Amino acid sequence: MESKSLIDGNKSLKDVTDDIATLVETPPGLKWLAMLIGAKTVFVFYIFIIGIITFTGMGLMGVNHPIGWGTDIVTFVFWVGIGHAGTLISAVLYLFRQKWRTSIARSAEAMTVFAVATAGIFPIIHTGRPWLAYWLFPYPNQRGPLWVNFRSPLVWDVFAISTYATVSVVFWYVGMVPDMATLRDRATGIRRHIYGALSLGWRGRARDWSHYEIVYLILAGLSMPLVLSVHSIVSFDFAVSQLPGWHTTIFPPYFVAGAIFSGFAMVITLMTLVRIAIPRFKDYITINHMELMNKIIMTTGMIVGYAYASEFFIAWYSGSVYEGYAFVNRAVGPYWWAYWTMVTCNVLVPQIFWIKAMRRSIPVMFVVSIFVNIGMWFERYVITVTSLHRDFLPANWGMFKMTFYDFGVLIGSFGMFFTLFLLYIRTIPAIAIAEMKPMLSEINHQEDNHG
Amino acid sequence: MAKSNGLMGIWDQEKDILKVAETFKNQGFKKFDAVTPYPVHGMEEACGIERSWIPYVTFVAGTLGLLFGLWFTWWVSAVDWPINVGGKPMWSLPAFVPVIFELTILFAALISVGTLFAACSLPKHDPVVVDPDLTSHKFGLFIDEKDPKFDAIQVESLMHDHGVEKIHKVEGY
Repeated sequence: MESKSLIDGNKSLKDVTDDIATLVETPPGLKWLAMLIGAKTVFVFYIFIIGIITFTGMGLMGVNHPIGWGTDIVTFVFWVGIGHAGTLISAVLYLFRQKWRTSIARSAEAMTVFAVATAGIFPIIHTGRPWLAYWLFPYPNQRGPLWVNFRSPLVWDVFAISTYATVSVVFWYVGMVPDMATLRDRATGIRRHIYGALSLGWRGRARDWSHYEIVYLILAGLSMPLVLSVHSIVSFDFAVSQLPGWHTTIFPPYFVAGAIFSGFAMVITLMTLVRIAIPRFKDYITINHMELMNKIIMTTGMIVGYAYASEFFIAWYSGSVYEGYAFVNRAVGPYWWAYWTMVTCNVLVPQIFWIKAMRRSIPVMFVVSIFVNIGMWFERYVITVTSLHRDFLPANWGMFKMTFYDFGVLIGSFGMFFTLFLLYIRTIPAIAIAEMKPMLSEINHQEDNHG
Repeated sequence: MAKSNGLMGIWDQEKDILKVAETFKNQGFKKFDAVTPYPVHGMEEACGIERSWIPYVTFVAGTLGLLFGLWFTWWVSAVDWPINVGGKPMWSLPAFVPVIFELTILFAALISVGTLFAACSLPKHDPVVVDPDLTSHKFGLFIDEKDPKFDAIQVESLMHDHGVEKIHKVEGY
C-alpha cells in the first residue's frame, strides 16, 4: 500500500506534532471523563472482588473437582492472547516493512502491555494464596533451598509471561523516548520536568538516531520469536498433559493464530472508540488501516476454523476412544452451547468481511470485533472446561458452574484494562510522532517525483 | 562525557540539512552532528556515520543468556536439588528449552537497550535545548569548536551559503 493513502489531509511536520501532542496537553473533555469514571468504577469493583476472594478463599469461585481450572485460567489465556496482536503490529509488521502499522503501533503496543498486566493477575488469584506468588520464581531461599521444577509447563509459563511483559514494556518505552522529548520541549512547569525525566534527556543527534534505529530493529526481531513462543508455551500448559482434548500437537500454532485473531479484534474495538473520541485521529488511523486489519481478522478467523475442523478429524482418525469422545462431547454434549457460540462468533461472523463495503464500515466492524472477542473467550472456555468435565472415568465427571465471583473477576478485568488504556491515551502520545514523520517526508518525495 | 561548545545552525527543510551535513563532511569537518526530530533517511551517509556496533553486543548478550539458562537449569535440577520427577533424567534438556529460550531473549533485549542508552549518553540530566522545535519540525547542525577545522567565521559563512535560518552559539551541549 502506498504511503499516500495512509495519512489524510495535507499535513506539514508541525501539523503532525500539533495534532498528536495537543491531546496530552489540553484538559480532557466530558466524554473521556465519563468513560474514565465508568471504567474506574468497574476497576474498583474488581479490586473489591479480588480482595474478598483473597481473604475468604478460592471456594468462592466455581472451580472444584473435576474442573480445577475455571474462569481464572480461561480469562488469563484470553487476555494474553489479546496482547499478541499488539506485538504483531509493532514488531512483526515492522520487520515486514508494512508502513500502515505506524499509526496504530503505539496504541497496539499499549494494549499489549495492559492486556498482559491484566492477564498476569489471574494465575496469581488462581494460586489461592496470592501473597506467596513470588514462590513461582526460582530464587535462593531458606527452604532447602527449594527450587522450581523446570520440567513443568507452568514454570515455562512463568518465564514466558514475565519475559514477554518485560520486553513489551521496554520496546514500548524505547519507542516513545523521542516523543517524550517532543513533549518536553513543548511543555512548561511540572509537566516539563516529568516529560523531561521520561525522555531521559534525548536530543536526537544523528549518531543517536543511528543507534536507536538499529536497536529498535533488534527489539522487533527479538519480539517476533518471543511472541510466537509465549502463546506456544501457554498452549503447552494444556498440550503437555494427558487429558483428551488437551493432549494434541496442533495446540501451539492453533493458539498463536487464535491470539492474533482475538488481539486484532480488540485493536479494532479500541481504534473505533479512539476514532470516535478523537476525531482528528481519523487522518492518521484511516479507513484503509481498518480495512487491512479486518482482512487479517478474516484470515486468522479461517485459520482458527481450520484448526477446529482439523482437531475433529484427528480425533476420529487417531482411533482413540477417549479423544473421539472428548470432541463429540464438545459439539453435542452438555456444553454444546459454548461450542457453537465459539464457532458462530469466530468462524461464521467474520465471513462478512468478504464484502468490501462491510470491511470499510465502522459500525459493522465494531460489532464483528465484539463478536470475535466473545467467541475467543468461549474458545478458551470450551478448551478448558469441556475437556476437564469428562475425562477417562465417568466417576470423574462433573459440571462447572460460574459463581458471582467468577463473573466478578471476568467483568472487573475489563475495568482494569480500560482504565489503563484511557489514562494512557491522555498522557502519552497515542501515535508515534517520530515514526509518522519519515512517512510524511516520503509522501512529499513521491509528490515531488510525480510533479 | 565532556561537554562541548560550538555553533548550531537551524534549517526547516529535510533536504537542506542533508546537503549542508554533506558539505561539512566534504570540507573535512569531523566533530559535527545533525539534530533532527526523526531519523532522516540518508543522514548516516551525509554525516559519515558508520553502522552501529550494537548488534554485536546483542549477539554476545544473547549467547550469555543462553549459557546462563543452560547452566542454571542444569545446576538447579541436577546438582543443587536433584529430584526424580516421573523417572525423567536429572538433566532433562528438552524440557528446559523453553526456559533457556526465554532467558536468551530477555538478556539480549535488556542488554541491547542498556547499551543503546549508554551509547547515546542517556539518561542525561537537563540537556541544553537549543531550539524547542528541533524535536518537532526543524533541523539543526552542531559544529563543535574543538574540531581542528573550526573557525567561527568560516562556519557561519558556510551555513549562510546554505540558507541557514538562524545560528545559535551553544555552550555545554
